[in-house]
Amino acid sequence: MSKVAVLAGGSSFERQVSLRSGARVEDALERLGHDVVAIDAGTDLIRRLREERPDVAFVAMHGRDGEDGTVQELLEILGIPYTGSGVPACVRAMDKVLTKHLLIEAGVPTPEFFAFNQTAFRELGAADALPAIEERLEFPIVVKPSSQGSALGIKFARTAADVPAALVSAFSYDAKVLLERYVKGRDLAVSVLDGDQGPTALPVVEAVPVGGGEFDFEARYEIGRTDYICPAELPDSAGERAQELALRTHELLGCYGFGRIDLMLDESGELFVLEANPIPGLTETSLLPQAADEAGIGFDNLVARILDSAFTRAAA
Amino acid sequence: MSPPPNPPERSTRRDLERYASLFSARTRVMTSSATRDLMAMSDRPEVISFAGGLPDTSSFPSETFAAMTARIAEESCARALQYGPTDGLAETKRCIADVMAAEDMTVDVDDVLVTTGGQQVLDLVTKTLIDPGDTIVAEGPSYPGALNAFQAYQANVVQIDMDSDGMRVDLLEETLDRLDRDGVRPKFVYTVPSFQNPGGVTMSLPRRKRLVEVARERELLVLEDNPYGLLRYEGDPATTLYSLDGGVYVMYLGTFSKIFSPGLRLGWVVAPTPVLARINLGKQQADLCTSTLSQILVQAYFEGHDWRGYVGTLTELYRRRRDTMLDALAEHFPPQAEWTRPGGGLFIWATLPDFIDTGDLLARALRENVAFVPGEGAFLDGRGRSSMRLNFSGANEDQIREGIRRIGEVVKEQVALYGTLTGETPAQPPRHDAVADAAATEDGEAEGARVVELPRRSDDRRRARGS
Repeated sequence: MSKVAVLAGGSSFERQVSLRSGARVEDALERLGHDVVAIDAGTDLIRRLREERPDVAFVAMHGRDGEDGTVQELLEILGIPYTGSGVPACVRAMDKVLTKHLLIEAGVPTPEFFAFNQTAFRELGAADALPAIEERLEFPIVVKPSSQGSALGIKFARTAADVPAALVSAFSYDAKVLLERYVKGRDLAVSVLDGDQGPTALPVVEAVPVGGGEFDFEARYEIGRTDYICPAELPDSAGERAQELALRTHELLGCYGFGRIDLMLDESGELFVLEANPIPGLTETSLLPQAADEAGIGFDNLVARILDSAFTRAAA
Repeated sequence: MSPPPNPPERSTRRDLERYASLFSARTRVMTSSATRDLMAMSDRPEVISFAGGLPDTSSFPSETFAAMTARIAEESCARALQYGPTDGLAETKRCIADVMAAEDMTVDVDDVLVTTGGQQVLDLVTKTLIDPGDTIVAEGPSYPGALNAFQAYQANVVQIDMDSDGMRVDLLEETLDRLDRDGVRPKFVYTVPSFQNPGGVTMSLPRRKRLVEVARERELLVLEDNPYGLLRYEGDPATTLYSLDGGVYVMYLGTFSKIFSPGLRLGWVVAPTPVLARINLGKQQADLCTSTLSQILVQAYFEGHDWRGYVGTLTELYRRRRDTMLDALAEHFPPQAEWTRPGGGLFIWATLPDFIDTGDLLARALRENVAFVPGEGAFLDGRGRSSMRLNFSGANEDQIREGIRRIGEVVKEQVALYGTLTGETPAQPPRHDAVADAAATEDGEAEGARVVELPRRSDDRRRARGS
């Protein structure tokens, strides 16, 4: 039995979700017999970790600091083994633009996109290129910040007139934003779990907005506004292909331990990877625990496996 | 001793299904949103927050509180610790009559029911009057806490536009006609006529009179929510709907939260006898009675201390904070922004150009450690996305100046960015013709401040929710 520090909270916009993930992980670790210390990641993080001297850190933080490699870097410096992806994978996955470039280089389909910094608009007149981009991507166009983990800041532009306001919104979250071709279709998520035999893809989950609202990313993140179907009812080939793409994405980004890949299945049966989440939610309504459960891995078992993978990496 | 057996393996799926199948249809409308998580970030100590509706309880003299509690301990300890009548203690009702008299209302204490805060009145009135699918008419924007209570009972809420004279009663009548043609008879009209939350505007006397007439003509109940009436910073006292109507069709909601303490959770409702009897039954089911200790504290304070003097102190404090915020807005917000100029209460409602989504702006503002409430929550139909509610009672003047400066900076940043993106500096929106002062006296005299029409219809990109 180990002393486990559960890191949750922090100051990212997904703080509340993280606190729920963390609380649930704490309960599971206690049931598993571990000595658990919960740490709300704040200015005293390093001091707390030095005082507590945990054997391992379970990182249950989402978004900025927790998922972008920052906390992982600090844990490396302190020499504390930790769960989930390492620094480089977090840096790659948290940056949607970088992720998409890597996907394209590896031949993994992802919706066509263009990405810009604010300076491109302010200093290089990138606005003049917008009509060409709009023509290329066709409306509706999805506009999103490069690094935001949740639905915050994601907008649909249905016409050229919508694009500037959508960009202003996206730039509220990040200095870099992307304009992406909209894939009409089904919203899928494939969770990946590392084990003795390497990473395996869990059953596919489909997110279906209640009431069938289109252009409504927010619904996905609002309890009660989205139904999750697990396993997703897909043609075998599509399900297998989604799992295969998820595994390839997980590996090419260098993710480790666990993760979740979000995809779209378009009406012609083509799959596209949208993004990777190195630390997906672990709450009651989150997708990874549902998928694991469907695969016969209960929550405590899931937490135990994630914890084991931290020790395995540390021993390697 | 043998070790306890291992607890059964927890199953996410089973947990979800086990509980989800037990939830009521009502809880289906209670959603948890990303924006709400964002709002939670404003609680951090380093954030200057204009998001709450918090009175400044630090200005309450602690020695007064100590004297009151000592006296209660000596003189009425057993009673303070005991249950009380469902409708409230007679002494508390006397205090309520006294507070209402301060706004020129005469009330029979038999028509009063003491509640656990004003919020319970919203819950009880809705529970008493609303079946799923029934219609409530409210202002747009409306107090989000009221909208939540209405939605919890699956009400259909129709929101009526406001301007600087409060709810457009002409539009109310048009809406009532339209609903009538559709065979819909709303159960009640919900309004905060004085220093509205979140709008900051006050309903003019002619509109108040007309609203009461409309209620009588159509036999429609009105719920007048008046938490801020005594927090008046200028102008003449407004005549309440309750006074104009005499309590036939107007139900009145009062609270001690803003003139004494929200921590006591003490409010009240005045309603026609048959309605009050039903509300009383609902109150019994909900919590049997309101905290006796809180009621005795209120009595000790309102009968033994200069509560009018304290309200005067608060009024002075909040007036200065309001003026500071209005000055800061004029200095730091860009010319495309508009805001109301409340003559009292706790809130200013500011509206930005419609290319700014205040939910996203909040995320940007939080990086500068300043917070407000995005306007979206004050509507159920997707409007309000370019507006924000700013509270000026809960921060000191230095914080107000600094916080508004920071919000102004990020707004200007977004305006400039939009100008760059569109290749033009966005044109100034047309000035509202009837620029009038929200604090104008009731015969319409305006003080010429920059006060403009309230709601801005958001573009229809967003899916309308709720009603």
